[in-house]
Amino acid sequence: MNHRLIKFAACIIAGGILVSGAAGLAEDADSIAPGRKMAQQAMHIPEHWTTADHSAFEILNQPFENGNDITAACLSCHTQADAQFRETIHWTWLSPYDESGETGKAGYSVNNFCISANKMEDKDCSSCHTGWNGKHESINCLLCHSKKDIKWRDEFKDYQYFKETGETEIAGEIQQTIREGVTSIGLPGRRHCGKCHFYGGGGEAVKHGDLDASLISPKKTLDVHMGSDGQAFECTRCHTTTGHRIAGRVYSTPASIDRKSLVEHDLVPKIMCESCHTASPHEIGDKMNDHTDRVACQSCHIPTFAREHPTKMWWDWSKAGKLKDGKPYQELGEFDRPVYKSIKGEFRWEKDVIPEYYWYNGSITTLKANDTIDPSVTVPVSWPVGSRDDANSRIFPFKVHRGKQPYDKVNKNLIAALLSPTVDGYWKTFDWDDAIRRGMDIMGLPYSGELGFVDSKYVFPSTHMVAPKDDAVSCRECHRRENGRMANLSGFYMPGRDYFKLLDMGGWAIVLAAFLGVLVHGLSRIFLNGGKRK
Amino acid sequence: MSKKMKPVYLYTRYERSWHWLQMALIFILLITGLEVHGVFTLFGFKRAVAIHNFTGISWLIAFAFFIFWLFTTGEWKQYIPTTKKLFAVMLYYGYGIFKGQPHPVPKRKEAKHNPLQRLTYLGLAALLLPLQMISGLLYWTYNSWPADWPFFNALTLGMVAFVHMALAFAILGFIIVHVYMTTTGHTLFAHIKSMITGWEEIEEDEPIEAWEYKKHA
Repeated sequence: MNHRLIKFAACIIAGGILVSGAAGLAEDADSIAPGRKMAQQAMHIPEHWTTADHSAFEILNQPFENGNDITAACLSCHTQADAQFRETIHWTWLSPYDESGETGKAGYSVNNFCISANKMEDKDCSSCHTGWNGKHESINCLLCHSKKDIKWRDEFKDYQYFKETGETEIAGEIQQTIREGVTSIGLPGRRHCGKCHFYGGGGEAVKHGDLDASLISPKKTLDVHMGSDGQAFECTRCHTTTGHRIAGRVYSTPASIDRKSLVEHDLVPKIMCESCHTASPHEIGDKMNDHTDRVACQSCHIPTFAREHPTKMWWDWSKAGKLKDGKPYQELGEFDRPVYKSIKGEFRWEKDVIPEYYWYNGSITTLKANDTIDPSVTVPVSWPVGSRDDANSRIFPFKVHRGKQPYDKVNKNLIAALLSPTVDGYWKTFDWDDAIRRGMDIMGLPYSGELGFVDSKYVFPSTHMVAPKDDAVSCRECHRRENGRMANLSGFYMPGRDYFKLLDMGGWAIVLAAFLGVLVHGLSRIFLNGGKRK
Repeated sequence: MSKKMKPVYLYTRYERSWHWLQMALIFILLITGLEVHGVFTLFGFKRAVAIHNFTGISWLIAFAFFIFWLFTTGEWKQYIPTTKKLFAVMLYYGYGIFKGQPHPVPKRKEAKHNPLQRLTYLGLAALLLPLQMISGLLYWTYNSWPADWPFFNALTLGMVAFVHMALAFAILGFIIVHVYMTTTGHTLFAHIKSMITGWEEIEEDEPIEAWEYKKHA
């Protein structure tokens, strides 16, 4: 009797486990993953508030003769701002983390787009600098803090012109525009950051595949955080700032080393996904939580980059310089984007691009014009640092911009030619030799006169344009035999991708042998005695 | 020559439910496991993994009950291996069966398994299946392996996957032969029927030999 009871209980328990587990397998569409809930809780704040109305300040309600006067007015109250800002890379264009002072656009750093800013002497490249006149004059606070979209340098140029020509009425109107801009002050928004960062490399979406003008007013499907129909985050919601130091990666220095969340430390920079979503953001027991130690959130949650606007994927400088009737020209291709420009060479654009995946510990090695290169391989002008063996490395998605760029065949280094028309660079003269000699002279580097073009590659970590959860990359896109997203990564066993060829062959051979064996055995029984016994 | 058939209650209710539950679990595990392995697409990777993990853990728990049952009922004795008449059984399946000869070791309540079955089922229940469960458990807990244990430092997921896959092939091979063997009773479906009802028809007056069943005090 007891035995029967035990058996019965065992059956009931086993059955119960099965049924309840099967119910658990069914996905609950209404449930919110813990990481999302966490982030939503962290986000509940009242509308932005301020204790100062800048239009009420007398010092701002006056005519300004030039930009420096405006800055002086700002600094009369914001006494620390100047010192703070001049320390940052937005002003110095040099990495504050490289003591040699060589890393940055004002140093020797190069890329494979417009290559170099020639220590800020290639004038047109400096249009993105945050000063009124490069580093020679004051900071232009309004570039990031005025709510009015005003081309400040042009306004003052016009003002001076009309003032000198005696057209006081127009000059007065310009002063009115300036005053409106000066008195509407706030925190930087997407438009401010985007003015430079959406247009890097000489045009919209040229450099970044995940940062372009589509982010000014995106749909939630493009960026689940910034979507105007969703949370409508500003850039600074994640790029948290203290003392004008904006969180983010600076060349080789990671955006954040600590993988801490708000739960562990409420004042951490919010620059990482984990800062708000924690390291176990998925449902408890979800295998995805087991991925977060080695796979970055971005790998699955940014399925493709350049989803709205095409981005440049290839730039061949060696084709530059072709003229039609002695004049430079351009050809438009797919997406209505230039595929050839006399001044720049040949381009390729792509939209909705699947990223390349590499191990990444948050640091990126970058080449400088004074570094020696190996021209026999594709030169990694910037490349992610990390490996499977480094516990801090995770698999991360990248846009890889490839191309050919000029190098010195004798000295074996990348070349920084002068390009700007305002300084009679290559884009005006189409004379490589002259543009290079003058460019390298500014850099204080030798040039042998032997110009070559070398294959190069440059990476951008793909971290913006996070898609809604339903658009995340499916398991099978990596866990597959052929053409998986992570087919290039080795040194570990990935279920669904990896297998032991001999084992599989042997295993299937045994299965086949068993099948054939019983088939022959069965047929023999039928034919030899009809299965009957004596 | 034909002898009278007599019904005997061979398999208890628990034994039968366990058998069919295990069949279902192994079937699900094979299907989802092979899908995860990339052999075909059915549920989709994520769902296949979830089902596989859940079914595997269920099997582990149910298996623990089976072991408990084995030892509390004394049924474990049915699995004591022997080489006696083993050759005769092999000879029967390889030759005698085609000639319509009788099975050299017919089933008895006290000796449900012939020597070949004893060896096979012992190998399965004591070695193959537990190893498959252990490798599966290691696979499942991969992310939580203690970093400071030398054993786990030496172990890689690849090794675990190798063992798990090799045993999966072995189990699949067993199933093919096992299912076929059910047709070798006195009728095609006699064995399957007995695993459903518990009753098997066996020939009368076949004595159980002492080596097959020893009453332990």
